[in-house]
Amino acid sequence: MALLQIAEPGLSAAPHQHRLAAGIDLGTTNSLVATVRSGSATVLPDSEGRSLLPSVVRYLEDGRVAVGYAAQAEQSHDPHNTIVSAKRFMGRSLADISEAPTLPYRFVDAPGMVGVQTRAGCKSPVEVSAEILKALRARAEASLGGELTGVVITVPAYFDDAQRQATKDAARLAGLSVLRLLNEPTAAAIAYGLDNGAEGTYAVYDLGGGTLDVSILRLTRGVFEVLSTSGDASLGGDDFDHRIYCWLLAESGLSGLSAQDTRLLLTRAREAKEHLTDHSSARITAILADGQAVDLTLTQETFNQITRTLVDKTMLPMRKALRDARIERTDIRGVVMVGGATRIPAIQKAVGDFFDQPPLTNLDPDKVVALGAAIQANVLAGNKAGDDWLLLDVNPLSLGLETMGGLTEKIIPRNTTLPVARAQEFTTFKDGQTAMSIHVLQGERELVADCRSLGRFVLSGIPPMVAGAARIRITFQIDADGLLSVSAREQTTGVEASIQIKPSYGLTDEAISTMLADSLANVQDDIQARKLREAVVDAESLIEATRAALASDGDLLDQSERARVDAALEAAERAAAGEDTRAVNEAAAALSRATDPFAERRMDRNIQRALKGHNIAEL
Amino acid sequence: MNLDLKQDFFALFALPRRYAIDAVTLDTAWRALAAEVHPDRFASAPDAERRDALMLATRVNEAYQTLRKPVNRARYLLQLAGVDTQEETNTRMPVDFLMAQLAWRETLEAAREASDIDALEALLSEIRADTRELEAALEDAIDTRGELEEGALLVRKLRFLEKIEQETGDAIEALLY
Repeated sequence: MALLQIAEPGLSAAPHQHRLAAGIDLGTTNSLVATVRSGSATVLPDSEGRSLLPSVVRYLEDGRVAVGYAAQAEQSHDPHNTIVSAKRFMGRSLADISEAPTLPYRFVDAPGMVGVQTRAGCKSPVEVSAEILKALRARAEASLGGELTGVVITVPAYFDDAQRQATKDAARLAGLSVLRLLNEPTAAAIAYGLDNGAEGTYAVYDLGGGTLDVSILRLTRGVFEVLSTSGDASLGGDDFDHRIYCWLLAESGLSGLSAQDTRLLLTRAREAKEHLTDHSSARITAILADGQAVDLTLTQETFNQITRTLVDKTMLPMRKALRDARIERTDIRGVVMVGGATRIPAIQKAVGDFFDQPPLTNLDPDKVVALGAAIQANVLAGNKAGDDWLLLDVNPLSLGLETMGGLTEKIIPRNTTLPVARAQEFTTFKDGQTAMSIHVLQGERELVADCRSLGRFVLSGIPPMVAGAARIRITFQIDADGLLSVSAREQTTGVEASIQIKPSYGLTDEAISTMLADSLANVQDDIQARKLREAVVDAESLIEATRAALASDGDLLDQSERARVDAALEAAERAAAGEDTRAVNEAAAALSRATDPFAERRMDRNIQRALKGHNIAEL
Repeated sequence: MNLDLKQDFFALFALPRRYAIDAVTLDTAWRALAAEVHPDRFASAPDAERRDALMLATRVNEAYQTLRKPVNRARYLLQLAGVDTQEETNTRMPVDFLMAQLAWRETLEAAREASDIDALEALLSEIRADTRELEAALEDAIDTRGELEEGALLVRKLRFLEKIEQETGDAIEALLY
């Protein structure tokens, strides 16, 4: 329990300077970084004025790492060492990647998450993504002229726990502090919602390079409420490229291409797809390594024909999302289009036909997610304390436990508002049973084998009792980022076990620390100084918050309680002025403890005020 | 926080402790409270404060989920009044209810076998209409007449309907995709 910093509309609990915050769209194909400057969200371009950073990372012979256009330009020549669309492999094992045989990578099947063998060694998708994030961080910090205090990173709403955790780990590797993981469709709705000041129920159709997300959101007086979300984590614009690629092979009678030729043709396929956005046909030419020439013309009609099943497949999550939200197509006031692939005319037509209204396309579909993330980052960093709006998100996939016979028992159904916790009681089924294994799963299917395993843990030390006498209470907690923690407790004795669902894809905290150390070895960064700075900043914000709380609610404390808080406050101030990181942290923790009862009473008072329909500013 | 643990969910949202509630009032009260305690309000705060906010926000959401859905609300209300709904243990049901269940199950199986979406949709509307009837009966039993055991039976019936509605919905989904 610690002092709660209660920020009321019109009353900032701790006045402070503008904090540098950014929104990052870590995309499958392209990534962007945006920020809010003088009240409006803008995408930050690189030194050459380009907004997009291709999500391509190349490991060079001299040990350097190229990210973005420079890496993309070489992908055909150096396919093994140039990683494209790493996002598709985040938190995934080799068995999950159905298209692996057609990809030019040397995959290494590590437990939980796949790796790619490059000349710089085996790289996990987390490390590859971290390189992209580092490049975006450098871009933002150069442009804003200071260190970022926090970022919001977007993820597909349909990302499961392993994929979310992998994204957060990548941010940690890149030295970024994550304020929040935000679902991409929600970010898009924020960008549109704030621009248009709209109220009502909206659908977001987000077809990115590798993923499809559909969300239904309700906007009511400053609250963005996600009603449902659905999608397909392995369907995206890349699949359209792949269809063209397959068509190229069939038309030219090619097979058994080298990795280099495959990459070349996939690139030509993507260019053709983009050309067809506003042309009726596209000419595709390429010279393969053995000198063979490819020269074909793809018409809009043929393109629509070979991709029709893909377009149809994107309609299914839409039906699911509507069903889960318990609303009809006609209830939808607007449809927001996100992702470069929504430029495909057949997609726009299909979505328009489905909802019987033309979709909204007035914001750039490549930038809208980053803009929304920037707006949210700005709010979360505390730069907009006077603005009273809130985002209520849901969990995209049901959570459950394995029960007898390889079946799943759902504990938290999908589309429950976050944060959420559910507890369930279990018992032993053998006399004298002293341990119990708990298997946590994510997914909608009944069979354990069809769901994603998030982790297993063992609750041991159950006192021997007759079968059925022990009462084991298991609690699932999903936080606002959609990340899960599970704890179990034997009710009669209080034996406890808990896990963070972190190591599910094989990356332990230790592995991350090692990677962090490795990456830091190349950076001239004084870790000690940084730690001290962070400790001082944290302590100062706590001191400020305590002062503000004392000023507004000091009457809640009696004399001796007040004296204790004042003493702790002074000690914290003294420590923060010094240079001993540990002393700063300890003094801050002591202050936090000293203000516990105060915080409790303040929260009580605050909730009572909220219930009476008043806010502190009015009182 | 003490306040949360002591107060029941109705009191948390300043609602009268009864089955019939105004959905708009509940929604509004939930949004106001969720806005106060949501972890996003504490995104730049120290870890300990964020954990507390997480706990409070979780409690507020739990309260909302409980009160929002009629069957959950009724179960909770009965529980507050010391009446166990015995959903896992008590399987005794009036014969006519069981017959209706059986008929629905047969319809569901037949429609599933025949991949008949229209029949499944029709079954779904029928189940939903019955659900609404039972929910109205809950108000009468609990709020008007104070017949709590009767309320518990209605909750058990609604639990049956919930399951078959879910299965019918899943069958429709399976055919669509």
